[in-house]
Amino acid sequence: MTDTTITETAVTLTIDGQPVEVAEGSTIHAACVEAGIETPTLCWAENLTPVNVCRVCVVELEGSRALVPSCSRRAEEGMVVQTDTPRVRHSRRMVLEFLGSGVDLSQADDLHHWMKAYGADPDRYGDEDHPVERVEEPVKVQDELYIRDYSKCVLCYKCVEACGDDAQHTFAIAVAGRGFDARISTEFDVTLPDSACVYCGNCVGVCPTGALQFKTEYDLREVGEWRPEDQTVTRTVCSYCGVGCNLDLHVQDERIVKVTSPSDHSVTSGHLCIKGRFGWQYVHGE
Amino acid sequence: MTDIYLGADRATDAEAAAVDAALRSRGVDPVVRPETERLYTSGTARRRERRHFLLPALHALQNEAGWISPGGINYVAAVLDVPPAEAFGVATFYDLFRTEPPAHDGDTFHVCVDAACQIAGYDDLAASVRAAGGQVHLGPCLGQCERAPALFVQGAGGRPDHVPADDEPFELPQAGDESLRLLRRIGVADPESLESYLAHGGYRALRRAGEMGAEAVLEAVAASGLSGRGGAAFPTGVKWRAVAAETGRPKHVVANCDESEPGTFKDRIVMEQDPFAVIETMTIAGLATGAQNGWIYIRGEYPLATARLRGAIDAARAAGLLGEDAAGTGHDFDIAIWRGAGAYICGEETALFNSLEGFRGEPRNKPPFPTTHGLFGEPTAINNPETLLNVLDIILEGADDYRTRGTERSPGTKLLCLSGKVGRPGLYEVPFGTTLGDLLELAGGVAGNGELQAVLMGGAAGSFVGPDSLGLTLTLEDTREAGTTLGSGVVMAFDTSDDMTDVVVRIAEFFRNESCGQCVPCRVGAVRQHETLVQMQRRGSLSPARRTLIDEMAEVMVDASICGLGHTAASAVRSALDLGLIASAPSR
Repeated sequence: MTDTTITETAVTLTIDGQPVEVAEGSTIHAACVEAGIETPTLCWAENLTPVNVCRVCVVELEGSRALVPSCSRRAEEGMVVQTDTPRVRHSRRMVLEFLGSGVDLSQADDLHHWMKAYGADPDRYGDEDHPVERVEEPVKVQDELYIRDYSKCVLCYKCVEACGDDAQHTFAIAVAGRGFDARISTEFDVTLPDSACVYCGNCVGVCPTGALQFKTEYDLREVGEWRPEDQTVTRTVCSYCGVGCNLDLHVQDERIVKVTSPSDHSVTSGHLCIKGRFGWQYVHGE
Repeated sequence: MTDIYLGADRATDAEAAAVDAALRSRGVDPVVRPETERLYTSGTARRRERRHFLLPALHALQNEAGWISPGGINYVAAVLDVPPAEAFGVATFYDLFRTEPPAHDGDTFHVCVDAACQIAGYDDLAASVRAAGGQVHLGPCLGQCERAPALFVQGAGGRPDHVPADDEPFELPQAGDESLRLLRRIGVADPESLESYLAHGGYRALRRAGEMGAEAVLEAVAASGLSGRGGAAFPTGVKWRAVAAETGRPKHVVANCDESEPGTFKDRIVMEQDPFAVIETMTIAGLATGAQNGWIYIRGEYPLATARLRGAIDAARAAGLLGEDAAGTGHDFDIAIWRGAGAYICGEETALFNSLEGFRGEPRNKPPFPTTHGLFGEPTAINNPETLLNVLDIILEGADDYRTRGTERSPGTKLLCLSGKVGRPGLYEVPFGTTLGDLLELAGGVAGNGELQAVLMGGAAGSFVGPDSLGLTLTLEDTREAGTTLGSGVVMAFDTSDDMTDVVVRIAEFFRNESCGQCVPCRVGAVRQHETLVQMQRRGSLSPARRTLIDEMAEVMVDASICGLGHTAASAVRSALDLGLIASAPSR
C-alpha cells in the first residue's frame, strides 16, 4: 500500500508550468491530483502498491530520457514535469490502442473516455488477411460467487496484489507464462475451489475491466439486465462481526446485486471477507 | 489453519530427493516447517529466508522428471514456504522448464534459430537431430554463434545438460598475439588448474588490491575510465563508488553471466577458458565496495562455463582465496552460483535480481538503482565478466597504462564476437578505435559469396550498418554518433545472398517471445511489430501507413517501456528499414 509515513517536509515541483507543493514521499501522480490535473490510470489504485506496469500514466520529466510512470515515481524538489506534450499523448494513446487491440475493453468503463480523448484506434492493426493475435479464452465459471473472463484481462496485476501482500495474503493467484501469453492463474490453472482462494472477492473489487466479475452481475449482463443507471448504493456496516467494515450495497430492482467497500475506508481500505462480500442472501430471506 | 494451501498432489520420492539434494548442496535443510513456525516467520521474513532457493529447486525437479509436476511444485512450496501459485508463475516464466508432462523421457535438443544460426542453416541441424531420434526444441540464441548452427542438450532423468561442441578443442583466433590483454591467458593457462592460473600471474591483482586498500582501488578504476561492457557503458568506477558509500546493510557483488543477446558469446568463452579471472576480479570488487557476498548468475545453457566456475570457486576457497580473510586481504568474501533457466530478459540487471531471488524475472522500475536497492533490496555492484576482467590490468599496471590503449573517451580494449559470414568467426580483442573494416579483415574478411550486405552491430538490440560503414571506428562515442552501438560486442556479417527479411522478421519474433509481458508497450508492441513485419513479408512490400505504424510503435516502446528490452526492441528493425535491407530490397 501507499507509504503513509507522515513527514513534515514538503517538496515543490512544476507540473505543466504550475508550481505544486506536496509532502515528501508523494508521487508525481498525487501531485497531479493536487494540481487538479486529471491523469489516466489503470494498474494504479489508492489501496494497492503501485506496480507501474500499464504505463498509461506516463509523464515527461525534464532530464529523463524516457517517460516516467507518475503513479510510482516520487516527486522531488525542483522536478519539471509535463503531462500533455505530444510524446506523452502519443504513449498514452498507443498504450490504450495496444490494450484495445488485444483484449475486450467493452466493460472497462474508465478507459473509454481516455481512449476517445487520445484518439486511440485499436482497429488499425492487422487486416482481414492478417488478423492480430488477441487474448481469447472461454469464461471460467466455477462457482456461484464470481467468474473470470481473461479475454478482458489487461494484466494490471491488481488482483494478484489484492490476493497477496496488499490485502488478503492468500496468494491463490499469480502471473504465469511470459510475454503476450502471460495470464493470471492458479497453480496449473486448477479451479478456484481447488486452489487457495478463500473467496474474499477482493480481486473482483479491484479489477478495472470486468475480467473478474461477481456472478450476480455476470448473470444479469448475460440476459441484458445489468442496469447501473437504475442501481442505488446504500452504505451500511457489516453485521457479521465487530470489526466494523463499511459495506456499499448495490441494489437493482430491490435486490442486492453487488457488495463493495469504499477504498478510502479506514477499516477496510476497500477490502472485505467472504461474509461481508458474499453473505447477503439472508437479506432477501433466502 | 495453514498459511500455505497445498493441493492433493504429492512429489515422487525421486523428485523429493532431487530437490533435497539441490537444497543440501546449498546448505539448506530441506525440512517442512510446522505451521506455527511458518506463521511466526511469515511475510517478508519468510520470503527473505528461503525464497531464493526456488530456482535451484525447480532446476532439480525439471532435471529429475523432465518437467515440473504439480506434486513437485507442492513439495518445493512446502519446503521453501512459497505459495504454489507463485512457484508455478515462476516455473512458467522460463524456456528450460516444462509444466506439462513430457511426451518422451529422453533429453531435449535445443537448436538455435537466431540470426547466425539462421544463415548457417539451423534447419539442417534440426533435421539431423530428429533423424537420430532426438527431441528438438527450436529456441533463441544459445551463445555459440561462432560455431553456428548451435545445439544445447538439456538432460532429463538426472542426466546432466551438455553442449556437444564443448567436446571439441578450443582455439582462439588470435592465439599467440602478444597485444592481447583480456584474452592473454586463454589457451595458455589451464582453466581447471589454480596452480596454472597462479603461474600465469593469477591473484597478483587481488593481493595488490589488498595492499592498496579499497579507496585506492576505487580511485584506480575511476581513473581508468572503465565502463560496463554489456551495452549500457555505465562507468564502473561510479557504480563501485556508490556501493562503497552505502553502509549498515549487507552488500553484494553480482557477476551478470546471463549473456543472452543474440550474437554474443564473449563472456561464455571468458568463463570457460579463464574462470579464475572472473572469481579473482569479483573478489576485488568485493574488497573495493565492501561487499561480502558474491553471486554468479549464469544462463542455464552454459554447462561448461558453470562447471569451470564451480571448480574455480572450490579451488579458490580451498586455497584461502575465498572465504574469511580472502587471500589475506582482511576482507571476507565468498561466491555462490545460480543458474538461469532460459530467459533473455534476466540479463537485465533488475530482472536478474528478481530471478535470483526466486521471483519472476520481471525488471524493476528504476530508480531506485541497484547501487542502493539491488539484490534483496540491498546495495549491489553488478558487472559482467568482460567488465570485471579489465580490473586486473587497471590494478597491476595502473590507470595511466590502461589508458594507453583505446581512445580518450573509450579507454582500453574491447571483446568482439565475430559471427556470420566472416572467414574466422570467433572471439576477438582489439583496442577501442579499430575500424570495422580492419576488424572484419582480422577475422578473415567477408566469407560466403564475399560481398558484404550488412553488419549487425550489438545484437538483436543493436542495429544494422551497411558496407559503407567499414570506416566506422569502434568506440562508444563514434558508434553512438553513427546511430549504432557496440552493445555487447556483436559484429555479425551478412553477405548479399542472405535474406535479410527473414533475419529481421526473426529478430522481431525474438522480442515477441522474450518480452516478459509486464508492461503494455513491450508486451503488445513486440507482438504487433512482429505481425506487421510478417504481413510485409507475405505481401512483399510495406505501405507508407504501415511504415509509420512501425515508427509509432517504436516510439512508445522506447518512451514508455520499463526496461531496455522494450527500449531496443524496434532498433534493429528500424535500421534495416532505413538502410533499405528489407521492404524495398529487390526480390531474390
